Amino acid sequence: MQSIASQTLIDIHKLNLYYGSFQALKSVTMDIPEKAITAFIGPSGCGKSTLLRTLNRMNDMIPNTRIEGKITIGGADIYSKEVDVETLRKKVGMVFQQPNPFPKSIYDNVAYGPRLHGIRSKQKLDEIVETSLRSAVLWDEVKDYLKRSALSLSGGQQQRLCIARAIAVNPDVLLMDEATSALDPISTLKIEELAQELKDKYTIVMVTHNMHQAARVSNQTVFFLNGEVVEFSDTEKLFSNPRDQRTEDYISGRFG
Amino acid sequence: MSMMEVPNLGTVYSGEELGRSLEGSSGKAFSRRARLSFYNRTFKIVCIASAVFVCLILFSILLLMGRTGILTFETVSLKTFFFSTEWVPENEQYGAFIFIFGTIALTLLTMVISVPLSLIIAIFLSEMTPAWLKNALRPVLDLLVGIPSVVYGFLGMTVLIPMLRSVTGTTLGDGILAAAIVLTIMVLPTISRITDDSIVAVPKKFRDASYALGSTRFQTVVRVVIPAAKSGIMYAVILGMARALGETMAVVMVIGNTPQLADALFKPTSVLTSNIVMQIPNVPFDSAWNYALYMMGFILLVISLIMIVVVRAIQGRGVKS
Repeated sequence: MQSIASQTLIDIHKLNLYYGSFQALKSVTMDIPEKAITAFIGPSGCGKSTLLRTLNRMNDMIPNTRIEGKITIGGADIYSKEVDVETLRKKVGMVFQQPNPFPKSIYDNVAYGPRLHGIRSKQKLDEIVETSLRSAVLWDEVKDYLKRSALSLSGGQQQRLCIARAIAVNPDVLLMDEATSALDPISTLKIEELAQELKDKYTIVMVTHNMHQAARVSNQTVFFLNGEVVEFSDTEKLFSNPRDQRTEDYISGRFG
Repeated sequence: MSMMEVPNLGTVYSGEELGRSLEGSSGKAFSRRARLSFYNRTFKIVCIASAVFVCLILFSILLLMGRTGILTFETVSLKTFFFSTEWVPENEQYGAFIFIFGTIALTLLTMVISVPLSLIIAIFLSEMTPAWLKNALRPVLDLLVGIPSVVYGFLGMTVLIPMLRSVTGTTLGDGILAAAIVLTIMVLPTISRITDDSIVAVPKKFRDASYALGSTRFQTVVRVVIPAAKSGIMYAVILGMARALGETMAVVMVIGNTPQLADALFKPTSVLTSNIVMQIPNVPFDSAWNYALYMMGFILLVISLIMIVVVRAIQGRGVKS
């Protein structure tokens, strides 16, 4: 596997995050490289999802959240006042733990984002829907049923639809928040393969509670514990030769 | 048996005893089981009986109203009853068109004013209001639902109508607009609270998905939340409409009670409900007049049934899964 960092895209510097008086992230600093898969692992409540959600500012909607420190994406400080949250979220897409397609047709689900951002032409939308569904390796399964409700799809298909929906707005970064934890093993495998393909075009950051998944698909792995980064290195290195005793304990299954 | 007596569930059976108790030959276990199965059967019968009872009531109301109402047509032709605007009982003229038209026009006008307003109130309440204001506003709206309609009518008569007179310069102020405004105030809390509840019930995951794609709050509300809450909103509208359609007291007090066609907003008129309540005390029991009033009640029933069916049909036409 290649060594860390082609080029840094996301730069997190001394990030502290508080929910009320509880400190969920403690001075987190890391550089996330572009066009690669970075995995966040760690036990429940260690702050990995929280950090992921700071990257598209989904934490803004949780009351009593306070943030200190700095996150830049492509050099721009995403918490500065000039940044438009909607534009940020368009550039930093997200796939959630539970597949959450809208109760609309498959077509309308994928076309939702482009329509939000002002694309009206039917022809253009058709094109985006097809390419997005193809990229999410779902096109062949649904091309004849685009008008059907997205809720008629299986869980794995729904999650791939959510990925298609996220990439339909042409993001640079794709955040995956335990995107396979609600799926069966075969669907999980498909999503993992999909992530491998997508990393040539997108910077992927995934949170997973499944260490084997991190080992299988990611280029870099970050191990979190109690809101702190314990170790950040090449996936291969982290799993074969961890520097920190706590990392070793975790990956060898002694806790977590 | 006292309330404090707890059945002994802790008995440990040996294999043989267990077998016997399952067969029901051991006295104690059997009596408990017999009791449970008796409760179970009784419960089922009571449930079915209640359901049948409700249906029976509905059908007997329809039957009574319809059977009496139909007697109208022994003396009045169908065409006259439904399409004539001459309602002069003294001359044996029973044309109910004015009232039917008035009821439909009043209900529609009320809905046109109240539905958009309620929707805005509900969205404001569920999506934009800070928690403390929500906790203050929701109980207020709930209380408004319970205010007797005569109070709304009274306020309509003493406050609204003088106000309409001075604002528009009409001499009377009574009429379909005054009634629609009073009804709007009456149904607003009902529609907006039920809509509010159905908006709150839209799963957070849909909102998350929408925001994560870069939508604004307005876009999320219009494109995701409202469509997802559609069936609840429809339900709210039915309830509001049914209330507006059947409301009598508040309407009687502001509509003017004159049998003339409601072809202007300020023109004393009459609707099915108000006409029934104003005239029923005075009619001879065995007269075409009485039957005609029954028929009007029957029409009200049928209109509300049709409305419910239509709204259900619209509701069912969502995205097919």
